[in-house]
Amino acid sequence: MQQSRLLFCFLFVVGALTTVHADEVEQQIAKIKQVQKEGQGNQAASQAVQQLSQADAGALIPILKGFENANPLALNWLCGAFESVAAKSIQQKNLPKDKLEKFILDQSNNPRARRLAYETLIKVDPDASDRLIPGMINDPSVTLRRDAVQRLIDQAKELEEADKKSEAKQIYQQALTGATDADQVKAIVKPLRELGEKIDLQKHFGFLSDWMIVGPFDNSGKKGYDTVYPPEQQIDFSAGLEGKEGKVKWKSVNTEDDYGIFDIAKSISPYKGAVMYCAADFYSPGEQQLEIRLGTPNAWKIWVNGKLLFARNEYHRGMIMDQYSVPVTFQPGKNVILLKLCQNEQTENWAQRYQFQLRIARPSGTGVLSEKPEATTQLSK
Amino acid sequence: MKYETFKLLLPFVALGLCCGADWPQFRGPLTNNVATTDTPPTQVDQESIAWTADLEGRGASGPIIVGDKVFLTNTTGFRQDQLHVLCFDAKTGKQLWDRQFWATGRTQCHNKMCVATPTPASDGKRVFATFSSNDVVCLDLDGNLLWLRGLSHDYPNASNSLGMASSPIVVGETLIVPVENDDDSFTTGLDVKTGIARWRIKRPRVANWTSPAILKPAQGDETLVLLQSSEGVDAIYPETGETAWQYEQGAGRIPSTTVGDNTLYIPSNGLTALAPGSSSEPPKVLWQEQRLSPSTASPLVYQKKVFTVNRAGVLSCANPKDGELIWRLRLKGPFSATPIAAGNHLYLVNEKGLLQVVQIGEEEGKQTGEVDLKETILATPAIADNALFLRSDQHLWKVSSK
Repeated sequence: MQQSRLLFCFLFVVGALTTVHADEVEQQIAKIKQVQKEGQGNQAASQAVQQLSQADAGALIPILKGFENANPLALNWLCGAFESVAAKSIQQKNLPKDKLEKFILDQSNNPRARRLAYETLIKVDPDASDRLIPGMINDPSVTLRRDAVQRLIDQAKELEEADKKSEAKQIYQQALTGATDADQVKAIVKPLRELGEKIDLQKHFGFLSDWMIVGPFDNSGKKGYDTVYPPEQQIDFSAGLEGKEGKVKWKSVNTEDDYGIFDIAKSISPYKGAVMYCAADFYSPGEQQLEIRLGTPNAWKIWVNGKLLFARNEYHRGMIMDQYSVPVTFQPGKNVILLKLCQNEQTENWAQRYQFQLRIARPSGTGVLSEKPEATTQLSK
Repeated sequence: MKYETFKLLLPFVALGLCCGADWPQFRGPLTNNVATTDTPPTQVDQESIAWTADLEGRGASGPIIVGDKVFLTNTTGFRQDQLHVLCFDAKTGKQLWDRQFWATGRTQCHNKMCVATPTPASDGKRVFATFSSNDVVCLDLDGNLLWLRGLSHDYPNASNSLGMASSPIVVGETLIVPVENDDDSFTTGLDVKTGIARWRIKRPRVANWTSPAILKPAQGDETLVLLQSSEGVDAIYPETGETAWQYEQGAGRIPSTTVGDNTLYIPSNGLTALAPGSSSEPPKVLWQEQRLSPSTASPLVYQKKVFTVNRAGVLSCANPKDGELIWRLRLKGPFSATPIAAGNHLYLVNEKGLLQVVQIGEEEGKQTGEVDLKETILATPAIADNALFLRSDQHLWKVSSK
């Protein structure tokens, strides 16, 4: 009896010393969220994450909650802590499955935290996938929504193969409402068009298709990238400007490409050592934090309402949709987007493309349309 | 060496012979593609596959081995933005843990490569994993996070639309991470304990997929790190990033410099043999040979011979003293993985997953075995535990004696 009491006391003391209490968990999370660029806060975060990793399963939901408002670096520190605790909980068979599921279903939680919770849950409960994913077709989490879309694509394909075209069409249409990744959209649109459906992909993705364009200006020796030409100082569509090959004027162009690609080399001229400026406007109903998503194999700079947002001095390293995502805050009403696109003088076959595609999207990838679809034509008036 | 000293060292020698050495980074302990004590099988066939572990997602990084653990990176997700560091039991192939993080930099890549292309590195206590997104993750050997950095998060124009592939190396207390590209191009030396930069140096603004090599001087001098770029090779001090000397005749941006017997073999003007310089003396070109121009795979120096593999899959063996060709052997290519060497044999795995073993002879090379793993393999294999470790997107294999 005496021995049992001693053992109990010993276990209690050891337990008290090793358990990370709830308030301590919050303190460690707060320390981790202090990390900044250049490794600032790394040492404190490292200590905090090591302590947090010793916590029991009760810390899992608080860690996931900690993802809210965490910067991308802090979020990864929290991932590390979560996975250490989760691995231990899975081993000890005390993963809080119900709490994780509730957390996943709550769309107000951080999308990446929800994904992490989901991937952890299905390790011990693979059926959760069938239970949770089908309801996520319009989920704010890009990855959960993608899984839901994929299920519908697979389902529609099966129906199509069984010659149930009408049902397949309905399912494809439903899938399209949630699809934002180019591969899934292609997999949906091709059969839908074959089934007689008309789809405006530019509208679906939020591509800008109407532009004002001027150039070429000189980019010999790639010097034009840093040269400030008149459109960077003032956008005046009526002005004649001194270009590389004489006087140039702004002109209106348009693309009908499904993916909003405007090909300068094909539609205007295969300029080499050139700079072109492209302008479009975007009407926003209020202040919105969105993303400009650009694809181009050329060097570029982008301004919104006269403010330089980002610049990239890279040529011919490929082009894909959403190659660059630039966060932007649009003001209510008209916003003017100015894109500077530079072509170098490389002569290789693979270095001749001079083109771009640009869309406006939410961080989740869903396209956002200008409040006035005819927006860019406003510029020329 | 005195007999008494030899007696003291004997247990360690025995331990090395029996358990082999770690393969702690891309191209092995000395970044020269050579295993020092291990001898994988020279006769290989399907029966030589000791175990196969399943993998998910994408990964072209090589495995590394520390003690009885194999570490590997891969990515999952449509955008390859979920970055994983995995650990397997080297004896059984059982997965011991998997830790994942989100990419904080761009994850766009050429289709052939992927975000998990850089091979991780270890100092024996920690694992350092880097990715094309320029995220750097440091874990202990049990998978506990020690620190992390997001170098493209810190420097948003440090990226390459075709993907970043250079692997980091550890020298002493410094992790050397190349982030060389067309725009914000640099290499940084991070403190292995904290991830905080000891130094960051500007590098040529041209996309670069080569990896650093270690130059251990013959006697006395400090260990140097060789950074290769389109402009040539810079030998730098790992603790400060300061330049010791430079070779400025240009070099390739895919195959990397190899060191053998205190001579550099640089993919430059075909292949260039270079005697190292010093702070007071420039390096000296010993010879240059166009016929030894390597393709994607890096050159290799082993058993007093220099080897390269060309675009057509021809293995060339040359005299390292003068670059004179000794023999050639046509293999089944093409190769992305660098050849590795142990026990007088070369191990070459082509892009289709065919592992070919070549015995090195004085007058010819002779193929002694092959095993078809039937999956795309771009990653350079590792040697440890008297075995080879190879990976594709889908699998990790251990190939050892029956």
